Amino acid sequence: MEILVILVPLALMLGGAGLVAFLWSLKSGQYDDLDGAAWRAIADDEPPQEVPAKR
Amino acid sequence: MQVTRDFSHYVREAGEGVQHIDLAVEGVHCAGCMAKIERGLSAIPDVTLARVNLTDRRVALEWKAGTLDPGRFIDRLEELGYKAYPFETESAEVAEVAESRFLLRCLGVAAFATMNVMMLSIPVWSGNVSDMLPEQRDFFHWLSALIALPAAAYAGQPFFRSAWRALSAKTTNMDVPISIGVILALGMSVVETIHHAEHAYFDAAIMLLTFLLVGRFLDQNMRRRTRAVAGNLAALKAETAAKFVGPDEISQVPVAAIHPGDIVLLRPGERCAVDGTVIEGRSEIDQSLITGETLYVTAEQGTPVYAGSMNISGTLRVRVSAASEATLLAEITRLLDNALQARSRYMRLADRASRLYAPVVHATALLTILGWVIAGASWHDAIVTGVAVLIITCPCALGLAIPTVQTIASGAMFKSGVLLNSGDAIERLAEADHVIFDKTGTLTLPDLEVMNAADIPADIFEVAGRLALSSHHPVAAAVAQAAGAKSPVVGAVEEAGQGVRATVDGVELRLGRPSFCGAEALIGSTLVDPEASIVAFSRGSERFVLSVRQGLRPDAKVVIAALKARNIGIEILSGDREPAVRAAAEALEIPEWRAGVTPADKIARIEELKQRGAKVLMVGDGMNDAPSLAAAHVSMSPISAAHLSQATADLVFLGRPLAPVVAAIDASRKALHLMRQNLWLAIGYNVLAVPVAISGIVTPLIAAAAMSGSSILVMLNSLRARTSSREIV
Repeated sequence: MEILVILVPLALMLGGAGLVAFLWSLKSGQYDDLDGAAWRAIADDEPPQEVPAKR
Repeated sequence: MQVTRDFSHYVREAGEGVQHIDLAVEGVHCAGCMAKIERGLSAIPDVTLARVNLTDRRVALEWKAGTLDPGRFIDRLEELGYKAYPFETESAEVAEVAESRFLLRCLGVAAFATMNVMMLSIPVWSGNVSDMLPEQRDFFHWLSALIALPAAAYAGQPFFRSAWRALSAKTTNMDVPISIGVILALGMSVVETIHHAEHAYFDAAIMLLTFLLVGRFLDQNMRRRTRAVAGNLAALKAETAAKFVGPDEISQVPVAAIHPGDIVLLRPGERCAVDGTVIEGRSEIDQSLITGETLYVTAEQGTPVYAGSMNISGTLRVRVSAASEATLLAEITRLLDNALQARSRYMRLADRASRLYAPVVHATALLTILGWVIAGASWHDAIVTGVAVLIITCPCALGLAIPTVQTIASGAMFKSGVLLNSGDAIERLAEADHVIFDKTGTLTLPDLEVMNAADIPADIFEVAGRLALSSHHPVAAAVAQAAGAKSPVVGAVEEAGQGVRATVDGVELRLGRPSFCGAEALIGSTLVDPEASIVAFSRGSERFVLSVRQGLRPDAKVVIAALKARNIGIEILSGDREPAVRAAAEALEIPEWRAGVTPADKIARIEELKQRGAKVLMVGDGMNDAPSLAAAHVSMSPISAAHLSQATADLVFLGRPLAPVVAAIDASRKALHLMRQNLWLAIGYNVLAVPVAISGIVTPLIAAAAMSGSSILVMLNSLRARTSSREIV
């Protein structure tokens, strides 16, 4: 049962890291536009810069 | 004359030589639009940020200070096919956004704590029935306390504050029993832990907060969203006016920057954005948005003009007056204020439920404690049982029952083209059993249509349309649109108040008043419709007459029939003249109608219906409808409505069809049904759980299972609000 001394703090630390990540994502405005974010995931990437046609 | 545009009112400094503007954009609804706009705007040099917010339909733009004129972004968006309006964030909206974020932060903390306490509780539950040592159980309980107490202190703030406010005002609300339940559960758990007891309720208390915060957040998010919608609508309406900044120089400035005494220019085809008096010029103005009257009024020196009137033929100079000076508006404003004051505060379903809830629950807990003491139990055991009753009856499901349905139903309504202006609109709309329609702009479309296009040879109509492009007159614009004209006739000359003429291949073309085209003789044969404006077209010696009027909304008849099928009473109250209203009423088969109705009469009629117990839905767009929109039980406006009316209406519908009215009624009825069902589910759960709690056999495991079970049930039931039927008939 001594393993609890390691496992319990470890579990709490992982959970805490999740909470910190959530608070950070909230602060950086990632929940401001959920509809838009849903679409952005499948949007095409920026088209490559137009290369002048070879002559 | 030189025209400049001035948007400096909306630009704000975003620090380090960067300027920022927010634009409300019409017609953004998909990923394609989003990418197109962002690419289009980023292509402008010196733009550092162009980001679309699809939820709020806005674009945030930043650029290097002083390098660009914001007008350029609006032009660029216009090129891309989107109408954009500069945007000023209201302080009320900022507060709503901040509150939403705070609740989300609380929710994050509560959810984190719930999961981790649960991780510690499950070993205790399983250990209690097997071989856990009391020391290990105490260790786990103390760890739970370490997580739950600070988390509850943070995440419980929204409830504690609101409960404290209610108590200091010597009233009570839903948050009082919630706060008492949470604090007692935590306090009891700490005491029990000190005494090495088997059960502690840390998990139940924090889980309760999590579920309640979900409900609270959804409710707040909806409020934020309706506020954003209202802000966008205001931006769409916040028109600009051409203000004289020098004797011969005008600047297009936002109305907010115009003061009484300023002089503005009103060109033909423009909608007036201010109230004032004509000081120079002669024209006809269309005041249908204000009075419902479709006939044009002559405007000359000294005529008052109101915001919302459309200038038809000549250019006017208008001296801006303070709003109170205009007599008609003052009357409307007075009626509106009265109606808003008289508007009885609607008791929301949630409030009614919570008013019943708190006394019943507290009485039950108290009786349980007394009952157990009388039955011979120790005070300690009796209090533990009493607190268990409080915990198990805590209103998780009750807190979720209404916000979840509201969120999903408002999303469904949004998809069918209805925006909510107020949170309890859904509940009130569901109760409506009598609809009063305004005619002009509501049953009819706000824009003009050519009624006899089919009678005119196609080639003639096309030429007339091209010629019409050279005029700003709204009737000409309607002709041009109906003919689908794109390229104007070269060398067309507009004669103010008369029409347009041009000479093509030696043949003279004229479009305008019948007298201007020499077509008076033809009028007698065509003029049957008293509401139509007649415009004539001549090519050489050929003469044609076009009849232009506001048409009924394309699906008006179907919608009226659908409303009748739902047993909803219908009538028309219009400020327009009798023949016009009669024609519309007959076409739509509405037997009850009144014409020439003043705003005060409309309110009187609504009061009369209220006396009879009817719940009136008022649908109107004009300035003259604003007081009755406020007086009715619930109200709707089309997006084209006057600003004042739109701000007053509970719901706003988009587009040309009238179908959203029926769709909104259907969706709200279904939503109310689901809300009631959810409340019954929550009550049914309590009926089952409370006897178990009173009998004293509740363990934390049972409490957790019951709480999450009922909450999930309610949430799943709410999802049914999403599937609204597409059929309206």
